[in-house]
Amino acid sequence: MSETVASVSALIVKTLLANPKVPRDINGSSKIVEDLAFDSLAVMNFVMEIEDTLDVSVPLDRLADIRTIDDLAACIVSLKQAS
Amino acid sequence: MSIFSKYEGLASALASVTAGGGRNPFDVVIEKPISSTVGLIEGRETLLFGTNNYLGLSQSPAAINAAVEAAKAYGVGTTGSRIANGTQGLHRQLEERLSAFFRRRHCMVFSTGYQANLGTISALAGKDDYLLLDADSHASIYDGSRLGHAQVIRFRHNDADDLHKRLRRLEGTPGSKLVVVEGIYSMMGDVVPMAEFAAVKRETGAWLLADEAHSVGVMGKHGRGVAEADGVEDDVDFVVGTFSKSLGTVGGYCVSNHAGLDLIRLCSRPYMFTASLPPEVIAATMAALTELENHPELRIRLMDNARRLHTGLQAAGLRTGPQASPVVSVILDDVAVAVAFWNRLLDLGVYVNLSLPPATPDQHPLLRTSVMATHTPAEIDRAVDIFATVAREMGISRAA
Ligand SMILES: Cc1ncc(COP(=O)(O)O)c(C=O)c1O
Repeated sequence: MSETVASVSALIVKTLLANPKVPRDINGSSKIVEDLAFDSLAVMNFVMEIEDTLDVSVPLDRLADIRTIDDLAACIVSLKQAS
Repeated sequence: MSIFSKYEGLASALASVTAGGGRNPFDVVIEKPISSTVGLIEGRETLLFGTNNYLGLSQSPAAINAAVEAAKAYGVGTTGSRIANGTQGLHRQLEERLSAFFRRRHCMVFSTGYQANLGTISALAGKDDYLLLDADSHASIYDGSRLGHAQVIRFRHNDADDLHKRLRRLEGTPGSKLVVVEGIYSMMGDVVPMAEFAAVKRETGAWLLADEAHSVGVMGKHGRGVAEADGVEDDVDFVVGTFSKSLGTVGGYCVSNHAGLDLIRLCSRPYMFTASLPPEVIAATMAALTELENHPELRIRLMDNARRLHTGLQAAGLRTGPQASPVVSVILDDVAVAVAFWNRLLDLGVYVNLSLPPATPDQHPLLRTSVMATHTPAEIDRAVDIFATVAREMGISRAA
């Protein structure tokens, strides 16, 4: 697998933009809770979609440290490398 | 800055719920239960359709007598933890009764069902283990996962294939994998496809814990829950449950054939660091269990009533959950409509639970009803009529 933080981050942004409620001007440094107005359940549900696309499971405790889309991308890349 | 300022959002959400002059739905007082199905609310006799008291046993004369006798004989409290001075003969007796009922060798009794989930999940899944939770799990299961140190992975609700996929990703990773499902899900009343989960468990070597809080006394020929109904009890390693629903009292338990369960008594903080159940509750619970065992017809009446309510609400043009089960939820789209609907039902003499997102699946507000074996057909028809009246008044019934 050759995913990089940049490619995963771009994929997350693309997935998010498929939801019409998400602001149009998001990028890798957007904050998931503050800028996207996601509550904790919405974050978990959206991560589930990304997990399916990238065939990875993100443990819930890892989510606690994630603020931005790039943080999530970096976490996914490190999980994929570990497996 | 006030210590409460982080709750300003909560305060304004609550204010908007009561803005139209409606009640605070989280502050309803049942002044007095009159029977299992009728309570006095705001001075009026109100039909109770939101109690989880599935068999009506909170008002069982046998259980009441047992409680009175036990209080007279043993006093009203134990004043101590199960691992110190809080284990009396009655606690042992109740554990043996539950073991016999579930046909499992080991049983631990906790002070609530919430603590039973907290105490088993946090202790079973350790630092190097994985906990796999259904996305729609009850708060006590999520909280148990936070009290413990395992890595926590969610799978899609009631989707055994999705679980399988996630277990496959963990193949070769050291650590035990503990899967947690519920028998009947508390918000929508949908039933777990237990046989499918049992098959995944067998194939992957994971451990399976089933919280049968809403299904014990309700499903299965002997009332042992969905695992019994589906014929897969041998695949369920741990059954967790509560006395606060079909048994009508309070308390929780975990039963298992694994001898290791007895070690959990010495490392489960929600078991060790709280006082044990008082004698009168234990005696009432054992009497209620006898009622549950001796009256299988209660389960038949309960399911008949569930179908009557489910069919009636659908015929009234309301959207409900997929299955007729003792939990029947009416699904609405808008929180303000749900709040107004709920208030009007109570004005007209029907109490149900108002469940609001994020505690509900899919962000929909719910009018959550629960049915009882002791409801008469006339009481159910009256509740359905009142639902239909309010739906018409509010113009939200789907064309039937
Ligand atoms: C699925 C589920 N598990 C556990 C519990 C907790 O039970 P208890 O009320 O005994 O604490 C509940 C009830 O609230 C529940 O719905």
